[in-house]
Amino acid sequence: MDAINWHSCFFLLFAAIACGFAVAVVVVGDIVRMACCLVVSLAAVAGLFFLAEAEFLGAAQLMVYVGGTMVLLIFGVMLTARGPFVSMKTGGGQWVLAIVIGVALFAVLLQAATSTSAWNGPKANDQAAVPAANNSPLPQAGEGPGVRAVEGDSQDAAGQLGLGLLGVREDRLRRQDKPVLLGGMSGYLLVFEIISVHLVVVLVGAAYLARARRRGRNPESRSPLPDPRSPKPESP
Amino acid sequence: MNIFTEPVGLSHFLVVGAVLFVCGIICMATKRNVLGVLMGIELVLNGANLNFVAFGSSVLRPPGTDGIGMDGQMIALFVIVLAAAEAAVALAIALSYYHAHATVDVDRGVELRG
Repeated sequence: MDAINWHSCFFLLFAAIACGFAVAVVVVGDIVRMACCLVVSLAAVAGLFFLAEAEFLGAAQLMVYVGGTMVLLIFGVMLTARGPFVSMKTGGGQWVLAIVIGVALFAVLLQAATSTSAWNGPKANDQAAVPAANNSPLPQAGEGPGVRAVEGDSQDAAGQLGLGLLGVREDRLRRQDKPVLLGGMSGYLLVFEIISVHLVVVLVGAAYLARARRRGRNPESRSPLPDPRSPKPESP
Repeated sequence: MNIFTEPVGLSHFLVVGAVLFVCGIICMATKRNVLGVLMGIELVLNGANLNFVAFGSSVLRPPGTDGIGMDGQMIALFVIVLAAAEAAVALAIALSYYHAHATVDVDRGVELRG
């Protein structure tokens, strides 16, 4: 009896939560419950990020998705959830078509994910995540349990991410011994700048878009509501 | 093969990503609410993100190979930022659509139909 690999156990836990609540998002008809299921599913995906040694990304996922995007979505649900829009039924034909397409797509993706033998084979114990697995007798052919510890390139993932955003790929520069190829090891400074400006433009545009259509286009309040910019004549 | 005693591989993460992706696709196809379609898009982006992180992880890469290194996490970070921007714009469009049509049913938006 081998020792229990807690990395695999937590992977199974988070994977089951993520997949189960993702399926729940699909099958639940109520839009508010869909939002709640999506929160749990995204949080479990953040847990999977932690298990894949992407701690900074897990934290960013928790903050941006679970903290930001979901608050935005829930506000959207609250602003538009009225009467018949809370749960709208879909026709049976669309469900059948979507499930047929989904099952076919899933079969293709499953075959693609499991067909490469180097991806799914059990490999050396990772000492960083499971220190107890060191003394478990797992006879793996050819690779010792200390393969991962030699590399040590996942120690400072957040610092490497920051350097990569500033244009320095530290993990590639250390390994690259040919000076000709060093020119291609540049980081993501331009992408970082573009995405920053993009985010600013998009958020300003979203604020404008959500606000500008509020008057005039509203069919219920087109005539009786006065323009809020003009001074009201009947104000006391 | 007992998964409780053996380390997980890359394909386990890919299978989870595939499940999230397919759930998002079905959600986008079947929901009639605009916000439900948005939630499907979030699921699809998360499935893709999980694949990026798994390919970039140093734990999960096949032994002896170099993997894609820090690129996976970097691209996943950009996807998260772009998803936040996309959610903001799409919610603004959904609110505008709701104010213009007094509904959030995507089947009612037929003004551009030729």
